[in-house]
Amino acid sequence: MSAAWDVVVIGAGSVGTPLAMSLAERGIRVLCVDEHASAGQGNNKSAIGGIRATHSETAKMRLCLHSLEVFRTWEERHGDDISWLQGGYVYVAYDDEVEELLKGMLPRQQAAGLNIDWIGAARMGKLCPGIHPDGLRGGAWSPGDGSASPMQAASAFRRRAAALGADFRFRERVTALETAGGRVTAVVTDRGRHPCGAVVNCAGSFAAELGAMAGLALPVVPDCHEAGVMEPVEHFFDPMIVDIRRAPGSANYYFYQHATGQIVFCITPEPPIVGTDLRETSAFLPLVAPRMVQLYPRLANLKVRRTWRGNYPQTPDGSPILGQAGPENHYVAVGMCGQGFMLGPGVGELLARQIADELDAADREVLADLRLDRSFASEEALK
Amino acid sequence: MSASRSASRITRHPILDSLAGREVAFTFDGRRLSGREGEAVSSALFANGIQVFGHHPKDGAAQGMYCANGQCSQCTLLIDGLPRKSCIEPLREGMVVRSLEGLPVLEDRPAPDVAAPRTVDTQVLILGAGPSGMAAAAELGRAGVRCILVDDKDRLGGKLVLQTHKFFGSVADCHAGTRGTEIAGILAGEIAALDTVTVWLDSIALAVFSDGAVGIRHPEGYRIVRPAHLLVTTGAREQSLSFPGNTLAGVYGAGAFQTLVNRDQVRCAERIFVVGGGNVGLIAAYHALQADMTVVGVAEAMERCGGYQVHADKIARLGVPIHRRHSILAAHGTERVEAVTIAEVDDRFRPLAGTEKTFRVDTVLVAVGLTPVDEFHEKAAAFGLPGWRAGDAEEIAEASAAMFTGRLRGREVARALGAAGDESAGDWAEKAAVLKSPGGRRHPYAAPSSREGVFPVLHCNQEIPCNPCITSCPHGLITTDGHPILGVPHYSEGCGGCLKCVGICPGLAITMVDWRADAKRPTVTVPFELGEWRVAVGAEYVAMDIGGAELGDVVLRKIRKAPGSPRTRLLQLEAPADIANRVAGIRLVDPADVAPEPEPWPVPLPDEAVICRCERVTAGTIRAHLRAGLRDLNELKALTRTGYGSCGGKTCRPLLARLLREEGIPADEVEGLTERPLFAETPLGYFAGKEEA
Repeated sequence: MSAAWDVVVIGAGSVGTPLAMSLAERGIRVLCVDEHASAGQGNNKSAIGGIRATHSETAKMRLCLHSLEVFRTWEERHGDDISWLQGGYVYVAYDDEVEELLKGMLPRQQAAGLNIDWIGAARMGKLCPGIHPDGLRGGAWSPGDGSASPMQAASAFRRRAAALGADFRFRERVTALETAGGRVTAVVTDRGRHPCGAVVNCAGSFAAELGAMAGLALPVVPDCHEAGVMEPVEHFFDPMIVDIRRAPGSANYYFYQHATGQIVFCITPEPPIVGTDLRETSAFLPLVAPRMVQLYPRLANLKVRRTWRGNYPQTPDGSPILGQAGPENHYVAVGMCGQGFMLGPGVGELLARQIADELDAADREVLADLRLDRSFASEEALK
Repeated sequence: MSASRSASRITRHPILDSLAGREVAFTFDGRRLSGREGEAVSSALFANGIQVFGHHPKDGAAQGMYCANGQCSQCTLLIDGLPRKSCIEPLREGMVVRSLEGLPVLEDRPAPDVAAPRTVDTQVLILGAGPSGMAAAAELGRAGVRCILVDDKDRLGGKLVLQTHKFFGSVADCHAGTRGTEIAGILAGEIAALDTVTVWLDSIALAVFSDGAVGIRHPEGYRIVRPAHLLVTTGAREQSLSFPGNTLAGVYGAGAFQTLVNRDQVRCAERIFVVGGGNVGLIAAYHALQADMTVVGVAEAMERCGGYQVHADKIARLGVPIHRRHSILAAHGTERVEAVTIAEVDDRFRPLAGTEKTFRVDTVLVAVGLTPVDEFHEKAAAFGLPGWRAGDAEEIAEASAAMFTGRLRGREVARALGAAGDESAGDWAEKAAVLKSPGGRRHPYAAPSSREGVFPVLHCNQEIPCNPCITSCPHGLITTDGHPILGVPHYSEGCGGCLKCVGICPGLAITMVDWRADAKRPTVTVPFELGEWRVAVGAEYVAMDIGGAELGDVVLRKIRKAPGSPRTRLLQLEAPADIANRVAGIRLVDPADVAPEPEPWPVPLPDEAVICRCERVTAGTIRAHLRAGLRDLNELKALTRTGYGSCGGKTCRPLLARLLREEGIPADEVEGLTERPLFAETPLGYFAGKEEA
């Protein structure tokens, strides 16, 4: 290849940054371009940091099992503190509907290699001291899941990628893709032109706009979620607690106690708030607070420190779109549906293997499941 | 360690009345203590000689009072089992208070007793009931506009309630000549008479949202206010300073000091050093003297103090050294401040080796400038909510100007709502500009040479917005030859010796010399606002000139009350004829008390200074990242936690800006910290309200 770069990755976020790292690990000359001032400044930093392999779709479980391995071993392998905490996830059940849904998924999750099982109310009460006991049935418990700091991780991935030779250009926005003979030949930005051998769209909320530059209609529509962080207190519960019951104005909500002792929380508005307006609204705290306080009464006295809004770039079925699409050297890693942080290292590794032509049979299955021209008929149950 | 400082109360004060309120018992780490019911828990602890409130989880550094204003969280204590900012938590009988060692344990306690969030509509929401907010509310209310005036304190007045000095400005426009503490009462009375103005106290604004709502934490529950107009009168916050030892207990802002001393009447210090010679620092130094503390010195980095000349002169002639062209190098101590080292600086404010001086002090006041609290106004602008601002939130100036711009803005908002005409709008804006003057040209100063009759001597030679002397003279003998408010005053013949001008001058800069009874030993009358117990009739004192130079000995013959100014005393001094016209005051500070240590103490490296006090990140750590090429402060936040803390970057932002300048990094290369709600941490339960039965 005569181009300046073997691969240009568009977006230095939750997915693009670990992808750049995986490419650089293979000696591939990679440039990662992002409109923000540093890695992870788009929706990566809006993520609250949960990392789970607990999904309903096998492809996502596989990708996240790899991600978990990367996050879990990062500090011992590379030395950076990314605030990894293996606290597990619990999906709590207070009614028949949730109990049946969670129990129904267990065989498939266990078959995919997840360490997950049903626990009763007593065990749940021990894992989450002070959780509201009335009507608690128990829930699904996956002790291998955990959490980390999205921004610390993005920064660590960026530094390792750079150390391996990847180049990062920040405050640079992609304006066009040049194509010739069914191939992308260069990425054009507001600050220059980058000839390349391949390009990967990791543009998060802006995936569809970037896709259009390659002539693709990517079914990625961002919607808005709001999150918050509280003051730090001594550690008192381990897992991410997910309550998937619906209530007026919201679907699920979830929270955990970060490595720093701070509780981080997020809620899914219902109906969804479509768009990329990330300005704060007065609706968020009164929506989430009653639910959290009801579930975990002692949180009523814990102070909320900061809140923010982030995007979930949604696809019709709740799973990402991965792999080659459109021009033969054009790849997409988009539509993470708010799970870019936990999917990122797994997705990055998979795409790097695809670009480096190292795919094995299992990889091909994942890529087949998550290809752009799938039916989008099945739906992820644990969005 | 602190036992010797027990019962640290101000029991007598020349200006302030003793505080009412019953004594209540509480415990601190198991010790039985008592305090005044309703005062801030932090003040009750200070009054018991306790200034170390806990230790930081990161490095075990001592934590104590810093802002005294509910903005940072340095003073967090475990109060009845819950982590609470002690500077805004009122003391109650039987409270169990514990120091915060590391992270607190979250206990099961009853949820905040508040109603469910509710939405409130209003024409105007005014954030902050200080001088500008109160003046605006009165103006709007009089125009028939419905408004809600919100303040996070338990009383109206903002910083007015801390100001024991008589105000500058214009008598007609902003109560010049009246003390700030009294002005707060006058404005509160105006507001109380208006049924159009609703006052919410103990209520703090948490955020301006993109949907046009403003979230207010009211003691009865969270309120989502939807105003047609938002008027931001949130005042200013004190800038911090980067030096080794800058987070020791005993280093805090001049505003925090005034809160402790003047609002809560706590004797929080014995020996203080003031960094910064602006009005805030100079006034704080004077307040310390009024509370019978020793002001060991004031350091001002410039050739001249930035504050009004009369403020500087007033403390200089009491004998407080003002170290011009000096800056602080370090505060020394392990947990509490034990000493401070300053040094002379060059034209680029770099310390000159060999000029270091160390002073033994227990408190360092940082008064290096104010920053407008304008976040809410900026958010309103970004979100398309009609937003206005006045007072310090708009531009840092004197409270007299804040009152006036508050009125002006109130009038403008009323007009925008169609509730007021445009009478007198033109000269209001001009007058506001005058009142905002930071102090201008200094004129040549010469004491009069006359040795007969009686006449005032105006030890006032700088153009400042102030006119009480002019309005006080019954014969109209004091005039200016320039601007009627800004101009330097002059006296012309015909004085009858009524002493009104001496009593009213906010700068305490007018004396009266009476040659009529004894032309060899004339009587010099000087104003006096320190404790009367500090002087004795018949005793000899060193007389000082306008700027604090020694003139010779005088004898105090009589102490009188000032006419029309009940708390001001007039000292009548018998002075030698050759110095009488130049006597501006008497020295009360013993030079031996304010002398430096024989040798300066060793100073740690500047990199040991703490930039982010919430997360305890040092200048050295941040400098290393900047030198490695980091330019996005959000990435700095991820890597070091700078700005992650409770205060939301309110304290570290200006320090970071200064560090970037020091490193020669151009501003356009740097991505600033993202600003996010909440403005003040708030228990989650406030957003839920009571569970329905």
